[in-house]
Amino acid sequence: MKTIRSSFLIAIALCTSMVFAALGQAEEQSIIVQSTTSTQNSGLFDYILPIFQKSSGIRVDVVAVGTGQAIKNARNCDGDVLFVHAKPAEEKFVSEGYGVKRFDVMYNDFVIVGPPADPAGISGYSGAAASLRKIADTKSTFASRGDDSGTHKKELSLWKKAGVDVNAASGTWYRETGSGMGATLNVSVGMAAYTMTDRATWIAFRNKGGFKVAVEGDQLMFNQYGIMQVNPVRCPNVKASAARRFVDWIITRPGQSAIAGYKLDGQQLFFPNAARQGAS
Amino acid sequence: MIMQDFAEAFRLAFGLVAAMDADLIEIIGLSLRVSLAAVFVAAVLGMPLGALLATVRFPGRGVAVIVINALMGLPPVVVGLLVYMALSNAGPLGFLQFLYTPAAMIVAQSILITPIVAALTRQVIEDMNFEYAEQFASLSVPWHTRIAALISDARYALATVLLAGFGRAIAEVGAVIIVGGNIAHLTRVMTTAIALETSKGDLALALALGIVLLVLALAVNAAVMSLRASAQSSAHA
Repeated sequence: MKTIRSSFLIAIALCTSMVFAALGQAEEQSIIVQSTTSTQNSGLFDYILPIFQKSSGIRVDVVAVGTGQAIKNARNCDGDVLFVHAKPAEEKFVSEGYGVKRFDVMYNDFVIVGPPADPAGISGYSGAAASLRKIADTKSTFASRGDDSGTHKKELSLWKKAGVDVNAASGTWYRETGSGMGATLNVSVGMAAYTMTDRATWIAFRNKGGFKVAVEGDQLMFNQYGIMQVNPVRCPNVKASAARRFVDWIITRPGQSAIAGYKLDGQQLFFPNAARQGAS
Repeated sequence: MIMQDFAEAFRLAFGLVAAMDADLIEIIGLSLRVSLAAVFVAAVLGMPLGALLATVRFPGRGVAVIVINALMGLPPVVVGLLVYMALSNAGPLGFLQFLYTPAAMIVAQSILITPIVAALTRQVIEDMNFEYAEQFASLSVPWHTRIAALISDARYALATVLLAGFGRAIAEVGAVIIVGGNIAHLTRVMTTAIALETSKGDLALALALGIVLLVLALAVNAAVMSLRASAQSSAHA
């Protein structure tokens, strides 16, 4: 009986200490960056953030979700910096007073990947709209993010250019996964469907299953990333000075060269293009 | 291809554990801390609630029992969403600054498993209360003493109840990924790490982490069972 009671007491003591250990956060300077899955899944943050932390002493915690959700979270003041890729939505975020000022950071491009059999016969095309029209004409399966992310918004704009009404086809050859890029790529490979992805996620993706890049090189598939501070006037809780230091770092030479330095299998995944590069 | 991933997963899982991979240890540690803390909260809130529902008659008790039982099926992603809305800086509890910290994950998992602990406790205690009813009546035992005696005598069954809660907590991903944000070295736990590796297409590593998670659950269950066995044998000695 005694052993039971003491073991229960020990268990309770252990649990209590765990609660406190879990609640007690290390008092180290840190900021939260709301960002997208492509920057995280490609390994970019794992590479550049330790470099920033080393020079500034600021730890950057990344919440990687779709661009739509990242913007929504930032509007709720749940983050200090927004780092995404949907320029019109970012500009709206700033003009509505949620963000301070938007800066270009880097770019890469989108590609359309597809099964080795290439049922739509688009391999080697460089026109995005023409290849999407061909996919629609042949009713080849296409997996869409369907999640209001930056990639999804871009894909919808290309369908519009192609003059294809994908809403009408949803559930037939056009399938919306409602998931992140990686999950959608897994689905595409699983059902031999074409999909559009940013090149960084594609290069880093490990479950390619024989899929290849079918369409690339169209100016329309340019993928620009932007960064902005969440507005401290609107969100008094944001850590404005640490957030500004991060934004300043990433759009000037140290951050820009860190981005250029990230390579996977010998390929550079993101190309820095901040206007202020080299200014400081 | 898939079979290769499968074999690779076992090799990776073994390698990760054998090498005591620092990131893995950190993630396992956080998973255990968060889920055990949630079990603790659920025990403190859910067990007395379950015992009360089992032993005390009051109007609306039947409805309360049905509601608690139904809440066992709470979808984690809904709990995550509600907790996010409450803890967001735009929400009513934003001042706590819990969002994207382990504290938020403990809150979400506690909400998820407290109904499980309460509902199962009620069932266990009610059955036992039925057995003891005559004795209690003849000795005219007051209600709080009754609840204490019932909980003490039902402790082995209740240990299993807590294990059920722990199992649900350590295995869920929908709630913690929303309120924790899956931040590396801060709020990344086993299940969110598995989700991340799956989205990177690294199925072998994802499955390897899944194997480690299963072994972890096995170890916790074995520890509780052996504690129970040794307690039983010493009680009979």
